[in-house]
Amino acid sequence: MKRVLIHLIAILLLPGAMLFAQDQNSGFPKMIEAGSAFSVHFAGSGPAKLYILSPSQAIRRDIQLGTTTDFAAGTLHNAGHYSFFVAGSSSSTSGEFDVLPAEKPAELSFIAKPSRLQVSVHNGITGAVYVFDSYGNLITSPASVHFQLSNPAGNLQSRSVTTRDGSAWTAMDSSSQQGTDKFIAEVDGVSSVRIIRQVPGDPCSLKMSAKATGQKVQLITDPVRDCNGNAVPDGTVVTFTEMYDGSQSTADVPIKRGIAEIEMPSHAGATISVASGVVLGNQIRWEK
Amino acid sequence: MSKGWMLATFFFVATAALIVVGTLYPVPSALAYAGGEGLIQARAATPEEAATNLADAIRAQNWGKAYASLANNAQFTEQDFVHDLTGSQLSLRTNATLDHFEVFPLHAEDNDAKVRIKFYWSTAVGTLASTRDLHLVRSGDQWKADWPLEEEPVAPPQVIPVNYLRWDVIYRGPGDDWGAQDVESPHVRIIDMHPVNRADGVVILGELLNEDVVPAYVSVTATLISKNHTPIATEGSFDKISHLLLPKQVTPFFIQFPNVALSDVGSVRMAPFSTLISASADPVIEVDGEKINPAPGASLTGQVINESGRVVNVAHVLGTFYDKSGQVVWVADQYLGRALVPQSPVPFEIRIPEDLAKNISSQRTVVASYSFGGAS
Repeated sequence: MKRVLIHLIAILLLPGAMLFAQDQNSGFPKMIEAGSAFSVHFAGSGPAKLYILSPSQAIRRDIQLGTTTDFAAGTLHNAGHYSFFVAGSSSSTSGEFDVLPAEKPAELSFIAKPSRLQVSVHNGITGAVYVFDSYGNLITSPASVHFQLSNPAGNLQSRSVTTRDGSAWTAMDSSSQQGTDKFIAEVDGVSSVRIIRQVPGDPCSLKMSAKATGQKVQLITDPVRDCNGNAVPDGTVVTFTEMYDGSQSTADVPIKRGIAEIEMPSHAGATISVASGVVLGNQIRWEK
Repeated sequence: MSKGWMLATFFFVATAALIVVGTLYPVPSALAYAGGEGLIQARAATPEEAATNLADAIRAQNWGKAYASLANNAQFTEQDFVHDLTGSQLSLRTNATLDHFEVFPLHAEDNDAKVRIKFYWSTAVGTLASTRDLHLVRSGDQWKADWPLEEEPVAPPQVIPVNYLRWDVIYRGPGDDWGAQDVESPHVRIIDMHPVNRADGVVILGELLNEDVVPAYVSVTATLISKNHTPIATEGSFDKISHLLLPKQVTPFFIQFPNVALSDVGSVRMAPFSTLISASADPVIEVDGEKINPAPGASLTGQVINESGRVVNVAHVLGTFYDKSGQVVWVADQYLGRALVPQSPVPFEIRIPEDLAKNISSQRTVVASYSFGGAS
């Protein structure tokens, strides 16, 4: 009970004591690298309690004044501003110090957007990197980040950006060929990979042909491609519209195996058109 | 104590009296709902009474009594009659109940007559109306109806080749790190939007395009902002949209704001929503013979044909109407009560407001379909 009371009084006195003891010999290095081993030495004699406080960590140690106290690696691993307070039987002292992130990056948080986009979009792909040390502290000192976007055809885009306050970002163009691109961010030997799927754009030069099949007319598109020659994926909807005698017939048909086809009623003099999304294709006047 | 006994006695006597009155003089409609029509000796002294008795039996789902009352029941079985009313395939009508009906005399002579019955069915998506014209004949002192049986089409035995095309979605797992990618939501775009002032409020009409290469589940929300920049109301498209959009597919949407005047609106904030959904590219549904019928009774009529081999249980027809400049002027819809059997046309009729009909120059019809076991 007595010990608890002493600790409580020490914590309550800490802010006031710090004001009066700022300029005294702290015994702590001014800066410590996160996770590194370090030693402290406080003048005096006899046993004392050492309190180390930060927003994310609180440590209490029994120390002997006048001797060196060692702290093992990993004791202080959260970067930030720390305060300490030494409460001895005859004297007390306090001070402040900083724990800085480790110099060497150990982990990258790499956010790449979007994961899927159309081909040939200028600055359509963005990547942002946050650099962390092995204890998850954001490394705020400048570091060079190398971004690289490559596609299976061998096309390569790369940029080097220096981090500011622990982060760096870049924007890249999607290539003209569909496929699965690799987007890599690398800092000091540590890298992270994201996959960007580049998909065909809107159909281009959409063209259909018509032929009679019994009482119906069979409508078939040519292989549907975008303006870069990429095959538009199966499942894309192509709309066929037939207009005749003030009436209309329509069908939304998904592309299968590269083409869209359907049989519609045959009406002599009908006008048949084809479209996909907001893209219009050719028009046929059916006379049979 | 004595007051309590008096009150209890009063309630007992009043309840007994009401039971006796209700048994001796039942309300016919209440009786029909209770399934006790047998207690009434329904005499059909006129064609209208015969039609009403038949519709009452249908409302009570007393198929046996309704079938027995028909003059031409030798021409079909009771099961055919029930299938005609409820559908032989699972559809909106399967679990529908007849909410009410209207009887209109069309023609009457001494021994035969014609009567129109308009049925209003309560379904999962609202009220569906259907009409039957009955021919009635006098048999002694009674009138009996000839039921105009509409047999549901049956697809002939055949093999319909389908190149099965389907998308499935795998989302990121809980163990992925903070910066890891998830599958991108489909990219959709509003390609047209137009507010319209109507007598009952403001309506937002428009069209939404899925410009991605994957199917999307979509909806649209609109917020009306007043001229002093405060929100007036937020509404969604609910079912006035085709929620499943395949790549490059376009759907109309219709958002209603009751009791709001367009003159009070300063701006409209649109919020399209899209998310990935597992979907199939089938069935393909053709819309045939679409025709805009001018006022009076302006409507869009046509028929839908299921081009695939799988029965479509619920079909939702959405019509988008444009003026000469290509701007959307109205969006209207109709659910089809019957299932779409492969290759069999089913007619539809979408009503168009009379005052807008003269502005309509062209239209586009899309069909949202649902098959048992999941949306398709």
